[in-house]
Amino acid sequence: MPPSTSDSLVSLRNVRFAYGEREILRGIDLEIPRGKVVAIMGGSGCGKTTLLRLIGGQIQASSGEVRVADKVLKNLPKSDLYALRRRMGMLFQFGALFTDMSVFDNVAFPMREHTNLDETLIRDLVLMKLDAVGLRGAYKLMPAELSGGMARRVALARSVALDPMLIMYDEPFAGLDPISLGIIGQLIRRLNDALGASSIMVTHDVSESLEIVDHVCFVSEGRIVAQGTPAQIRESRDPFVHQFVHAEADGPVPFHYPAAPIAEDLLGAEERR
Amino acid sequence: MNRTTLDLWVGFFVAIGIAALLFLALKVGNLSAGSFANNYAVEASFDNIGGLKPRAPVKSAGVVVGRVASIDFDPQSYRAKVELAIDSRYAFPSDTIATILTSGLLGEQYVGLEAGGDEKMLKAGDTIRITQSAVVLEKLISQFLFDKAAEAPAAK
Amino acid sequence: MRMIANVLRSLGHRAVDGVWRLGFIARFLAMVLLYSGQSFRRVHLTIREIYFSGVLSLLIILVSGLFVGLVLGLQGYETLQRYGSSEALGVLVALSLTRELGPVVAALLFASRAGSAVTAEIGLMKTTEQLTAMDMMAVNPIARVVAPRFWGGVISMPLLAALFSAMGVFGGWLIGVPFIGVDDGAFWSQMQAAVDFRYDILNGVIKSVVFGVAVSLIAVFEGFDCVPTAEGVSRAITRTVVSSALAILALDFVLTSFMFRG
Repeated sequence: MPPSTSDSLVSLRNVRFAYGEREILRGIDLEIPRGKVVAIMGGSGCGKTTLLRLIGGQIQASSGEVRVADKVLKNLPKSDLYALRRRMGMLFQFGALFTDMSVFDNVAFPMREHTNLDETLIRDLVLMKLDAVGLRGAYKLMPAELSGGMARRVALARSVALDPMLIMYDEPFAGLDPISLGIIGQLIRRLNDALGASSIMVTHDVSESLEIVDHVCFVSEGRIVAQGTPAQIRESRDPFVHQFVHAEADGPVPFHYPAAPIAEDLLGAEERR
Repeated sequence: MNRTTLDLWVGFFVAIGIAALLFLALKVGNLSAGSFANNYAVEASFDNIGGLKPRAPVKSAGVVVGRVASIDFDPQSYRAKVELAIDSRYAFPSDTIATILTSGLLGEQYVGLEAGGDEKMLKAGDTIRITQSAVVLEKLISQFLFDKAAEAPAAK
Repeated sequence: MRMIANVLRSLGHRAVDGVWRLGFIARFLAMVLLYSGQSFRRVHLTIREIYFSGVLSLLIILVSGLFVGLVLGLQGYETLQRYGSSEALGVLVALSLTRELGPVVAALLFASRAGSAVTAEIGLMKTTEQLTAMDMMAVNPIARVVAPRFWGGVISMPLLAALFSAMGVFGGWLIGVPFIGVDDGAFWSQMQAAVDFRYDILNGVIKSVVFGVAVSLIAVFEGFDCVPTAEGVSRAITRTVVSSALAILALDFVLTSFMFRG
């Protein structure tokens, strides 16, 4: 790893992003310190995943600056971007395992693509990674034969195959049963510490994430509205955080999609008829 | 499917594909019958070529010895100028006669070469002097009817 | 008035959209060619795709070729014997297969068998974020996924068309010679005299190569460009089959008018 000039691995300064007319991010400032697990939380469709895609360099900010490992991502040549991505791992929402390859080949994929290691060494490494997620015995299976939680764990093994410096998780807990959920949560923490990497986790699963992360940021309407350690978040008086953490239906985030008062709508319909 | 069986299938596929191409080239097409890689061109002009087409065969004694390379109209003599590509294996005397013939009643037209007795042989770029035009069926029939009509009153 | 304006607007919209798509597909082809070097260096990726698009289409191509040949034999004989030239059956079968039916029908079958499969596969990889995952692993999906499938199709197509034609000629022979009793020698010799290697067979091969490029490009493009939902993938598959068929027939007209003018 090159010598670092700051203790933040990822830093976003006043980042804005829009899909066409629709502005998703409206000035985000975010620092991801090295060696820490950071959770980004917010309601569905608030731009959390967009944030990950910005850090991965898949999309570019309309304005502001995204830095990863002291490199500005804006207009970075494709080869440099790819060099950077080799040191990143990303876990997708549903694993995104390659369906035409076995579990073994899936985990071996980044090694075969990016290293010249011989097959016996790759075999040892893959089995080690699979062992770390507890699925060494399943190396022969095809992705279609795995349960959702197992697929997520294999994908996790694949995203840490090249010992990345940064691991990103897109909704790692979505659609898992409580046991798998706990397993994934523990793995995220353990792998981060074992690899000495930093992790960013986009999630809306409050209780599970507060157990394992070092830092939490709340995103709403394209801005970071609150952040702090899990302890601070639990104590927070902020109405938005309170609503989110305690899962209340109505609050700063309204239950109703913006609409005219219901009486007006119903009577209006009557008049038109 | 492991890689070696996959390779085997692909190899088999490519092999029979190439075999099919060879079959088309050799058995269906006339590559083996010679598409005359080495040939020489001679010219012949005809009053009327009938339905002769480029690439029609050139035959001598019924054997294909070449092909019609091109057909042009000569504005000076108002005749058709036909270029024949003849296989270099065959040499013809310079007083060879070129005739436009039809295979069967409705068959395709071809150029027939009838060898003469000259000692000098045709070379590339030479012209065949003696030619016989295509027999145009309509002309033949109208001439026949005309002759019959002329005969009829005399017989009476 | 308003309706006319609306119609004009939607027409203009469609035209602009079409041109935009054409530009996109051209840029996509350039990308595929640009990254082909990487996929050629690892030949087994392309070999794998030849297996999926070529070997797996083998059965349908061979069987269809045989049947087309049998039908040509029957219909051709029916017509030719009225003019007393049933020996020309070989010529009829061979010319119609090598010039037209071989490349065109094989390409249509190829589009619906292999082209749709390629679109489905790439579309599914896109829907399940496999392509994005690959890109995030610093592996270019165009080089790793698209280019091998494109070349697999381009290589398979002419071989399949040749097999189709050869099978068809065999089918025509089967009807003509053992079944109807056309003279075997006349069948082959008339065929060989009339079918020219360069003019008929080579042009047929050129056609099938062009169709292979067109179908493969459409298939990988539609897969890569699909809306990443289940519905989007199924629409992309339909589009692959429809636009491949149109492209094949239109290109066939253009190529034929260039090749067989004489």
